[in-house]
Amino acid sequence: MKIVVTVKLVPDTNAAKRIDPATKRLVRTGLETVLNPFDEYAIEAALQLKEKLGGDTTVTVFTMAPETGKETIRKALAMGADDAVMLSDAGLEGSDVWATSYAMAQALKKTGFDLLIAGGLADDGNTGGVPGALAEYLGVPALTNVRKIEEAGDGKIRAQRETDSGYQVVSGPLPSLITVTMAVGEPRYASLKGIMGAKKKTIVTLMLADLGLDRAVGTDGAKTEVLEISAPKPREKARVVEAADGASGAQAIFDFLREKKLI
Amino acid sequence: MNFDLTDEQKAIRQTVREFAVERVMPRAEEMDREEAFPYDLVKEMAELGLMGLPFPEQYGGAGADTVSYALAVMELARADASTAITMAAHCSLGASPFYLFGTEEQKQKYLVPLAQGKMLWGFGLTEPNAGSDAGNTQTKAVLKDGSWIVNGTKAFITNSGTDISGGTTITAVTGQRSDGKPEITNLIIDQDTPGFARSKKYKKMGWRASDTRELSFADAKVPEGNVLGKRGDGLKNFLTILDGGRISVAALSVGLARGAYDEALKYAKERTAFGRPISKFQAIQFKLADMLMEIEHAELMVLKAAWEKDEKRDFSQSASLAKLYSGEVSRRVVNEAVQIHGGYGFMDEYPVSRMYRDQKINEIGEGTNEVQRLVIARMMGL
Ligand SMILES: Cc1cc2nc3c(=O)[nH]c(=O)nc-3n(C[C@H](O)[C@H](O)[C@H](O)COP(=O)(O)OP(=O)(O)OC[C@H]3O[C@@H](n4cnc5c(N)ncnc54)[C@H](O)[C@@H]3O)c2cc1C
Ligand SMILES: Cc1cc2nc3c(=O)[nH]c(=O)nc-3n(C[C@H](O)[C@H](O)[C@H](O)COP(=O)(O)OP(=O)(O)OC[C@H]3O[C@@H](n4cnc5c(N)ncnc54)[C@H](O)[C@@H]3O)c2cc1C
Repeated sequence: MKIVVTVKLVPDTNAAKRIDPATKRLVRTGLETVLNPFDEYAIEAALQLKEKLGGDTTVTVFTMAPETGKETIRKALAMGADDAVMLSDAGLEGSDVWATSYAMAQALKKTGFDLLIAGGLADDGNTGGVPGALAEYLGVPALTNVRKIEEAGDGKIRAQRETDSGYQVVSGPLPSLITVTMAVGEPRYASLKGIMGAKKKTIVTLMLADLGLDRAVGTDGAKTEVLEISAPKPREKARVVEAADGASGAQAIFDFLREKKLI
Repeated sequence: MNFDLTDEQKAIRQTVREFAVERVMPRAEEMDREEAFPYDLVKEMAELGLMGLPFPEQYGGAGADTVSYALAVMELARADASTAITMAAHCSLGASPFYLFGTEEQKQKYLVPLAQGKMLWGFGLTEPNAGSDAGNTQTKAVLKDGSWIVNGTKAFITNSGTDISGGTTITAVTGQRSDGKPEITNLIIDQDTPGFARSKKYKKMGWRASDTRELSFADAKVPEGNVLGKRGDGLKNFLTILDGGRISVAALSVGLARGAYDEALKYAKERTAFGRPISKFQAIQFKLADMLMEIEHAELMVLKAAWEKDEKRDFSQSASLAKLYSGEVSRRVVNEAVQIHGGYGFMDEYPVSRMYRDQKINEIGEGTNEVQRLVIARMMGL
């Protein structure tokens, strides 16, 4: 079975970020890129499945990112993925969900897959729109918010979908796309042997010219225009309740909540 | 000249850092208090590939270079010196002799399981009356009916008595050289050798979660074939091992110092006195600036020695300089880190108090500060 994991490379999740007011885009220079944290769970789910199925099951990581991301994608190879495909082209800059998923889908058609696993959300763009759009462009079902893959193989997949109140067991044909939640299990550390071996694994680079697109991508293909960006309003200063003892403090808090009609 | 680490070196540093912060750091205080050897962490380190980091893949290692190894030791020591020495002594003292001097058969039998982290191994040089003067070995081995009969005592041997320790390689006098000096040979002592016993763990000021024991040999019967390296090369070969070991102790010192600096910086921002964070006082800022300056300096020295080793150059002097300097830097840094913490730094629940105790051995183990100065001076031709 060929498993492909879509992995976005995002700016270091702990770094302070800045939006360029002129382009209204995130300033990426000077920021280290990391694997999108949710996608590390997707990789973990893929590796678990590979271990379970054995045989000729392979895990390919797929990213659409500038070539400078090669070093970051090696971390996924060090974790245990077999190879990587990078879609890199200056013409992709400025793509929104619409253009990103279109370009990715065309590349993924070339790569081929039985099971496509995505994280639910990217740490930077944060739309959660890509996986659904990918499934649409690729013409495969999307099983979202999977917390456990029960079975996969013989053209079928059965999985548990996390819901607000519990989980549903769903099944579908292969090829399919799934998105996973953090419940699939903590992403493993890249083993040091894996790190040393990652350099020997192949990273195939695709460019726009390899895809034969019939639609514009990048800024020209984007349907979204960011009109305005503003920081969230700072929260009002908390009111500190001071009281002589516990009972009168509790009363003051009770009165406050009552006044706000919260209880 | 290029100060960039390679992609692998960066990734190894990052991975070990994450492991150290997530798995080791939260346990450090308890392990120190309980003097508890962390079997589970050793298992995790083995799975990660740390226990065989610098050895080739064909012998069960990860095939990393010395720079990566030094970075890994630094990151572990930044979280916990005991865990770091367990790993560092295992690689550079326990397993290295087999890698450097073992026959292919000995490598398969010992180096492979050691690099895989399935067992630990001791390096038995020091004796109650032979420390800095390691050539004064009193332990004797006499060949009789196809076995070495070993008698003597070894002191302060790291990793020698855990439940997963497989044995110790020792120096022993096996005869007399033509120049009248003792002939010293390395013998492989398996844990179940009759007549070989380990003491209880020493009670220690620092490195309390690491395993250090006294070893005694009373007519211990060792197969004749358990010679490691050439007969008579024992002291020379062990001193070669210590050259590499100095890089690892130096890395340990830098890591420990950086851990203490991290704590001091954090605390200086949190603690207020006279109405503002103490980090706003210039006296505290100057301490922190000096700490960082010295740590960066020491780190460069360690990485240079490691790089020279990787480039197959003569690294002895650089390693000695790095070991001596970083040991002293770690003392100044832990001292100021405790000072910045005030009275809280004297309390067990603050990591700097443990670091303060863990530091001292950096200036004693694998060649004291005085011995490093002797070695360095000797290399000047003095
Ligand atoms: C601050 C900011 C605001 C933005 N606002 C918008 C906006 O409002 N509308 C809009 O259309 N675009 C917006 N973008 C652009 C956005 O970065 C792209 O649309 C992005 O490529 C896809 O959306 P996402 O990051 O939300 O991914 P999500 O849909 O949140 O990602 C979900 C999953 O899809 C996969 N995936 C997503 N991108 C990639 C990739 N490049 N390579 C491999 N796998 C991937 C991953 O598995 C990921 O876990 C914004 C970008 C920034 C930085
Ligand atoms: C926790 C711990 C773990 C250890 N692990 C190991 C291990 O795994 N294997 C192993 O073989 N050993 C190990 N050791 C031993 C360690 O290497 C020795 O303690 C060290 O080399 C010093 O030897 P010594 O203790 O005999 O001190 P001594 O040699 O007695 O030195 C006492 C003092 O005299 C000074 N001195 C000695 N000679 C001179 C001189 N010529 N000129 C000036 N000053 C001098 C020393 O610098 C020191 O200050 C360990 C020690 C400890 C504490």
